Amino acid sequence: MSMKITDETFKARIQKGLGNEFMRGAVSSAQNSLQGRRLGAAEELGDWEKWRELGEQIRQHVLENLDYYLMELSENVARRGGHVFFAKTKEEASAYIRDIIEKKDAKKIVKSKSMVTEEINMNEALEAIGCEVLETDLGEYILQVDDHDPPSHIVAPALHKNKDQIRDVFKEKLHYDKTSKPEELARFAREVLREKFMEAEVGITGCNFAVANTGSVTLVTNEGNADLVTIIPKTHIAVMGMERIVPTLEDMEILVNLLCRSAVGQKLTSYITTLTGPKDPGDADGPEEFHLVIVDNGRSDILATEFKSVLQCIRCAACVNVCPVYRHIGGHAYGSIYSGPIGAVLSPLLGGYDDYKELPYASSLCAACTDACPVKIPLHELLIKHRQNIVAREGKAPFSEKVMMKAIGMGTGSQTAYKIGSKLAPLATKPLQSDNRITKGIGMLKGWTDTRNLPAPAKEQFRDWMKKRGKEGKDQ
Amino acid sequence: MKVSLFSTCLVDMFYPNVGKATVELLERFGCEVDFPEGQVCCGQPAYNSGYTEDAKKAMKNMIKAFEHAEYVVTPSGSCAYMFKEYPHVFEDEPEWKEKAVQLKEKTYELTQFLVHVLKIEDAGAYLEGTATYHTSCHMTRLLGAKSEPITLLSNVEGLQYVELPHKENCCGFGGTFSVKMGDISGQMVDEKVDCIVSTNADYLVGSDMACLMNIGGRLDRQGNKVKVMHIAEVLNQVPKTKRNEGR
Repeated sequence: MSMKITDETFKARIQKGLGNEFMRGAVSSAQNSLQGRRLGAAEELGDWEKWRELGEQIRQHVLENLDYYLMELSENVARRGGHVFFAKTKEEASAYIRDIIEKKDAKKIVKSKSMVTEEINMNEALEAIGCEVLETDLGEYILQVDDHDPPSHIVAPALHKNKDQIRDVFKEKLHYDKTSKPEELARFAREVLREKFMEAEVGITGCNFAVANTGSVTLVTNEGNADLVTIIPKTHIAVMGMERIVPTLEDMEILVNLLCRSAVGQKLTSYITTLTGPKDPGDADGPEEFHLVIVDNGRSDILATEFKSVLQCIRCAACVNVCPVYRHIGGHAYGSIYSGPIGAVLSPLLGGYDDYKELPYASSLCAACTDACPVKIPLHELLIKHRQNIVAREGKAPFSEKVMMKAIGMGTGSQTAYKIGSKLAPLATKPLQSDNRITKGIGMLKGWTDTRNLPAPAKEQFRDWMKKRGKEGKDQ
Repeated sequence: MKVSLFSTCLVDMFYPNVGKATVELLERFGCEVDFPEGQVCCGQPAYNSGYTEDAKKAMKNMIKAFEHAEYVVTPSGSCAYMFKEYPHVFEDEPEWKEKAVQLKEKTYELTQFLVHVLKIEDAGAYLEGTATYHTSCHMTRLLGAKSEPITLLSNVEGLQYVELPHKENCCGFGGTFSVKMGDISGQMVDEKVDCIVSTNADYLVGSDMACLMNIGGRLDRQGNKVKVMHIAEVLNQVPKTKRNEGR
């Protein structure tokens, strides 16, 4: 899967999302329960705002000193016998991984959930040389079995599917013959996956946090699959976005707290594993060989822009889980593996405005995302910055909007123009009015009146009343 | 106390009654209210759509219009917040930034002004029935005015306040979002209206006419009889005989 998940137009994707009652039911009930759990977990910790500030400080400190921490991390990984590769592009990243696997003549690969491996098209690169790349995260596994259905959520990739749909996928593709009870579905997947784990030659994981001063990689899961991926195969390759570093284990503990509580409303997830290099002589388990692939893929460019704060992201999806737009259109409508508010900010940065210029507008700027972010990324402000770029630098704003904005600009740029404009409004909208309201708008107004009425402009403006009152006295 | 009213363009053009109620309410509590004629729109529609240069023209007009005001009060959390953002917008124009900071510091959303400056928690209003309240996003999340309107509403005689389910969810207005992404916005307001209807309230009260225009427009389309009121209108529900009993 590359970052871009479809060639359909944004409009078509929205209609598809809005028309998918199954998906919308699944998403809104997940959002409702995750929101409640997140707030509960935050409250339980106490001083949540202080924790957020701490998280923000750690992330900002790392970004300010990223060169230093990248160096420290790579030295410590090497000191513990691991290999480090810096990939400037996604092609470099997947080529390096492909080369390791080719050299070993390995064919059976297991992997745990990782957004960055999707970003770099890794699975396709490996499948092209004849490897079987098996997703072992349950959600990702379901999607893989369902002919590579794209993920619709960065933490819960199969959120758009309900249990009956999952049963149908298993039934059709894997001859599953049991019920849609989650326990039975999970047991079935587990049995299939266990066998694959035992045969795997190379294990590939993402990296929630890399700890610079120990050279460790931390993996956060609820299924424990990442642990099997790293322990059983002889080679472990961890892939990380270059910004996913924390200075020390103490910093990691703070961010893990913020991550687990924000993502799933748990104090801690079931498995939080910190791995340092390949296994040492005498160790009972662990890989013989360890590679850390650090992916830039546009991140260092972001670092130099007003969008730098987006690199604070720890991929918890709290913003996705509170987003009212995501709630109605679902993840696939974003057309990117990164959906929701974080996707609307990140996708145009990593993939360009040509493919993602509509995403920054898929927000009412309600700021629920900014409010939920555990590391205080001002997401709604970054969406406005994108809009500024699209209007000014890229010149990609739609014509109808430009006309509307010019009209507003003229009307608010001078007092006289505002007065004339506001006086004309009742007259100008007269043909559209009936019974003091507008029910059928034209042009951009249609977007409103398709579902709502609009009041007709008042016959006497407030400012005229005020003026008259000033002249005639207050008791009119 | 001298108060300069920033009516907002929606109130000026569509909802003069909200402006009237705001003036009468403030006067009842001893304020001398004036309306600086030079005021236009706060620039938010253009700013949020990315048209910063167009927005700045409106913002400069607003800064000039309210330059000599002692207090600026507005019946909109969202527009009040836009004033609070002016210093950021003029980050690179020190002369305007300084003026923007002055404006920011003297600007209050109506309920905040009532509770924190005038120290009024009971406006002496009377309205019979059940009311639910829409917590506008900008007002609560960005401006931080959460408890003030609820405090004021709870003290309205005869009025029973019921909390709106999923009150934190956006109503789908979002300025140009409501026309540009009309389909999504329509679904959002539909869900909001469902929540309102589920409370069986007689009144839907809010502190931002933009949200109320959106929600009200949907209620009207459905032929629903829930009455939509701005909080200023609710707090101004005082029998004529009692109108001079304020300070």
